[in-house]
Amino acid sequence: MAEALKDRSMVLQKEMLANYFARLEQAPEKGEPVVYTFVPGNLVELIRSFDALPVLPEINALQSGMRKLSGDYIMEAERSGHSEDVCTYVKCDIGMMRNGNLGPSGKKLPKPDLLLLSYTGCYTFMKWFELLREEYDCPTVMFHVPYQGDGVLEPEHREYMIRQLREQVIPALEKATGRAYDEEKLKERLRLSAQAEDDLVAVLQAGKQRPSPIDGYFGAVYYVGPIFSAFRGTQEGVDYYRALREEVEERAAEGLGPVTPDGPLNDQRYRLVVEGPPNWTSFRDFWKMFSDEGAVVVASTYTKVGGTYDFGFRHDPNDPLGTMADYCSGCYTNLNLPARIEMLARYVKEYEADGFLINSVKSCNSFSAGQLMILREVEKRTGIPGAFIESDLVDPRYFSAANIKNRLESYFQMIDARRRGKSA
Amino acid sequence: MVRETFGSDEQQEGPTRAAVVDWARDVYDDLDFTAVRRWLEANPGRKAGGYLPVYVPREVLHATGFLPVGIHGAGDRLEIIRGDAFYQSYICHLPRSIIELAQSGRLDMLSAVLFPSTCDVIRNLSGMWKLLYPDIYVRYIDVPQTPDPAAGADFWEGELRRLLHDLALVSGHQATDQDLRETIRVYNEMRDMIRTLYRVRQERPWDVPTEELYVLLRAGEVVPPEEFIAQARRYLGAVEAEPRRPRDNSRVIVVGAFCEQPPLGLIKSIERAGCYIVDDDFILGNRFLANDVSLTGDPVRALAEAFVHNDMRTSVLYEGDPRGKKQLMAQRVAAANADGIIFATPSFCDPALLDQPMLRTGAEQAGIPCIAFKYAENTGQFQQFREQAGTFADSIKLWGVV
Repeated sequence: MAEALKDRSMVLQKEMLANYFARLEQAPEKGEPVVYTFVPGNLVELIRSFDALPVLPEINALQSGMRKLSGDYIMEAERSGHSEDVCTYVKCDIGMMRNGNLGPSGKKLPKPDLLLLSYTGCYTFMKWFELLREEYDCPTVMFHVPYQGDGVLEPEHREYMIRQLREQVIPALEKATGRAYDEEKLKERLRLSAQAEDDLVAVLQAGKQRPSPIDGYFGAVYYVGPIFSAFRGTQEGVDYYRALREEVEERAAEGLGPVTPDGPLNDQRYRLVVEGPPNWTSFRDFWKMFSDEGAVVVASTYTKVGGTYDFGFRHDPNDPLGTMADYCSGCYTNLNLPARIEMLARYVKEYEADGFLINSVKSCNSFSAGQLMILREVEKRTGIPGAFIESDLVDPRYFSAANIKNRLESYFQMIDARRRGKSA
Repeated sequence: MVRETFGSDEQQEGPTRAAVVDWARDVYDDLDFTAVRRWLEANPGRKAGGYLPVYVPREVLHATGFLPVGIHGAGDRLEIIRGDAFYQSYICHLPRSIIELAQSGRLDMLSAVLFPSTCDVIRNLSGMWKLLYPDIYVRYIDVPQTPDPAAGADFWEGELRRLLHDLALVSGHQATDQDLRETIRVYNEMRDMIRTLYRVRQERPWDVPTEELYVLLRAGEVVPPEEFIAQARRYLGAVEAEPRRPRDNSRVIVVGAFCEQPPLGLIKSIERAGCYIVDDDFILGNRFLANDVSLTGDPVRALAEAFVHNDMRTSVLYEGDPRGKKQLMAQRVAAANADGIIFATPSFCDPALLDQPMLRTGAEQAGIPCIAFKYAENTGQFQQFREQAGTFADSIKLWGVV
């Protein structure tokens, strides 16, 4: 396969990540505390306000998937008694740890000084950190984010979260880092977050244009990478999103499409909305199945899993604990099914999509349970037929390229047929 | 060798035991929920409120005038046609049969359904229910997972008050403190009765076969608690009056079947393979609160305090003690005086399967024999389970290890 083409922002992000993982490797000798936490509902600004470094196990797992390492890691975990039925991120992480805990860049990841279990939108998170605690024998703090079962953040739930932050999470961070809580530092971090979030929203909403200057799924997983992980609330993050926005606006001004690994996608024949996480083990092949057909994804829900910003939420430095509660509660998988359906239907309409597609991953019940109903409801509300494909996050055994390609080609033919029917 | 326990020496049952077990079996088998419908006919104006596994505060339903109704799926007694259209192959069986029950009209007597925070599948099903049945009251029940009892109790008290308020709007009956205390008293008695049943089974499993205990507990999920208590009392009286002869079986605990329930045939297979089940996770919600709820003070606060100070340790709650998972199996085996553990887990069950490596490692480090298998509620072939359990029981008897 030819060398993948990359945007300037992708090159910049690669440098940021390489530097960050190098810093993580040196953290123990430099005395920098390390806190493991999850992407949805991550409290990176708070962690960073204690001058601690976050590590996000899902990011390591997906990177292992992209580097074709996850299959062996998963097998290793299954040999030690983990079921073939459960989340492959967890098994990949456990296998990675048992193979020297080498991170995505090949550098050794430091052990956590604290496991900050932000229990947001995914039941498996609770078990994942119980499992990691067995391996690392380190302190764990649980931060329970109530689910938006009725589609709203209830005021009592917000207060419950703020109280946990004040009485549980902050004291645990103080103990793990040996540093006192400094609200002014946190506010500054939150201010930087909001700046980056403004630029991210501008980038993601560029998908409304024709041609779309972004791919709102395959390309956007790179766009959200820094803000979903260690770089929210940092100047590096702000600089990255400013540069990314400029790059996207430049493309839009020139009427160009996004850069895919196999070249620019300027001739866009199908505009799609996608629900569900991507497959990481065959990410480039998966993307190519779309770009080869001239299909661009204009919006996706997966890019809201680490924060939903496009409906107005921004981190608010004037209400530091409250805004973190709001953020956690609003992450995509913490929303109930009617809210998810509403979001998808809105994307289909506002981004003028020709179709929508669900990539249902075997690993993730938080996403997958109910997706067949989501499919039917979005079809009903938008009048547009959807497509449904199945794969997995990082288990290569569950990516059937031929099946997925067949389904996609059939789906694009159906969109063509509908167009012909309309124009007739 | 598979040990056969039925045949010419099958013991005779007395009329009371048989009558209770037959009653319970009929209720358990009845997927039309006739007992609930009859209760509604006999109590005009009252409502029935459903709940899914594992734990919801049934007291809140009861105090607001509802008949609490456990929805535990259809087991192997219903062909799934509509339910499969809602779920991919890699999602457990329970929600399919619940959807099938609902879509076939078998749950149309319910005015409210509560979905507890058991896992993401049940959580997401709450949203599906809102869309499918917009006229039914639906609430996702998020129990406190924080290990801080003060914050947890405040949160849970708020949730209970919200639920009391909402359910009163549906039933038309606002629960008074006196209603709540009376309900708590009834449920304390029900849990005490269940603890007694479990204690007697643990002491004399030959007198209380799990096959019988299980259907009795399942019946208790759909009849008023007072009726369950009365039937259980009759059953225990019959057990005392008609003692049975012990066998040289191995004593096992069955772990992991707290949500999607095993078919009755699986329980029978384990017992007939030479295992006495002396502890289990079946229908765990009926004894989730391990201690009595206080009858003094504010009753809602009492329920909240009972939850956060509960001794129950299960896969659906966060384990705050870093050593907790590894120690749990040894503690349960010791408490039940068991010889070994059968991890019987529903396929694709995240809570049970993610916990299992931690639990099993702890058990094996403590020298406890273990086996594991997976089932679905509609599993129809039991020979392999019977052979596995039989070999397990024999190996414990012969060597004490597996």
